[in-house]
Amino acid sequence: MEAVHTLINHYNYVITIFLMVGGLYIVIARGNMVKKLVGLSIFQTSVYLLFISPAKILGGTAPILDPAYSVYSNPLPHVLILTAIVVGVATIALGLALTVRINEAYGTIDEDEVLEKDPEP
Amino acid sequence: MTLLTMLAVVVIAILRQRSLFGVVILSGIYSFLIASVLIALDAVDVALTEASVGAGMSLVLLLSTLHLVKTSEIKPWRSNLLPLATAFVVGAAVVWATLSLPPFGSPDAPIHKHVGPRYLQKSIEETGVPNVVTSVLADYRSFDTLGETTVIFTAGIGVMLLLRGRRKRGAK
Amino acid sequence: MKFDLILRIGTKLILPFILLFALYVQFHGDYGPGGGFQAGVIAAAMVILMSLTFGINTAQRVAPRAMVERMVPLGVLIYAGTGVAGLLMGRNFLDYSVLGHGAHARELGIFLVEAGVLVTVAGTMCSLYYAFVERGR
Repeated sequence: MEAVHTLINHYNYVITIFLMVGGLYIVIARGNMVKKLVGLSIFQTSVYLLFISPAKILGGTAPILDPAYSVYSNPLPHVLILTAIVVGVATIALGLALTVRINEAYGTIDEDEVLEKDPEP
Repeated sequence: MTLLTMLAVVVIAILRQRSLFGVVILSGIYSFLIASVLIALDAVDVALTEASVGAGMSLVLLLSTLHLVKTSEIKPWRSNLLPLATAFVVGAAVVWATLSLPPFGSPDAPIHKHVGPRYLQKSIEETGVPNVVTSVLADYRSFDTLGETTVIFTAGIGVMLLLRGRRKRGAK
Repeated sequence: MKFDLILRIGTKLILPFILLFALYVQFHGDYGPGGGFQAGVIAAAMVILMSLTFGINTAQRVAPRAMVERMVPLGVLIYAGTGVAGLLMGRNFLDYSVLGHGAHARELGIFLVEAGVLVTVAGTMCSLYYAFVERGR
């Protein structure tokens, strides 16, 4: 009963960890490069949730100052995650450009087929 | 609560889906769900950025790549045991770490003690800007934003170096 | 795309409003959610929508590739220039108090810095899209 109670209180952390593990599993276990990049982006967004969940104050509002409200959520993690989102899209763009070049060189984007055509020394 | 459960369902669907077009559309759905969860957590600037960049730009780039490569995944033939074990170990370690986090939404967690309240109090009198996220991003911590702009610049230069020019007619 | 009349007319009607919304998000980033990054991506979305509906040649008449590729370093130059202006006047790097008096100086500094970010992000997103499309021609 204690474990179920803890689960409900920490439900968003449980889902965040599930997303993190799911994204990591997609990156490791699947060979298709586009799918690996999608898994990487899932991993990154789970880290955003992990950072922003502790910043919320129940009963507070968004950190835009207004005379009608007095309790605001912490703005500092929002700033860090804004930078992280933009760096994430830069990573995905470069990864997709590399995928297009690999496809032109080997004719396939699957990691196993590329390793067959060009085995490591 | 339902939004978080839908997120988990979408991730499982991305894992099982073998058509790349379906994977890309599901990742767009995933970005929109993350943006909705972020609004529920009072992070409005971050939600706007995630919706426009994740479900806008990232989706367009993935679809442009699918236009240039073939669009289905071969059947995975390697054993799944080692990746599953690695993922399980990582998950267990992170679960053990988050058990000691303060309860969700409490106003006297240590994160709200140091610099956050100072920025919230002093933002209007020092910078005249009510949106504290913008004033911290562009004034108090503007050096980090310079680094971020340089990262976007580098990504643009990198993609232009890789993809400028026509495809060589010899390759497919 | 020649026979999709509703799509073409609808896109023609909505394109100026997308650009207006991008400028609104940029300039009202001080009073509500917004700022340079979101505005840059929405402005690039206007060019991408035009290219999807009318073809890449029409989109490149509105936003030529040479102009878009020159916008990428121009934004970083504006941003770093605001910082170096502080150095040249004898203060710290990115010190906004050299631009005016009190809180107005910092508002002007924030405005210039967000303008630099808008130019770089819009240019980069457009040139990323153009690079992917031209590879497949």
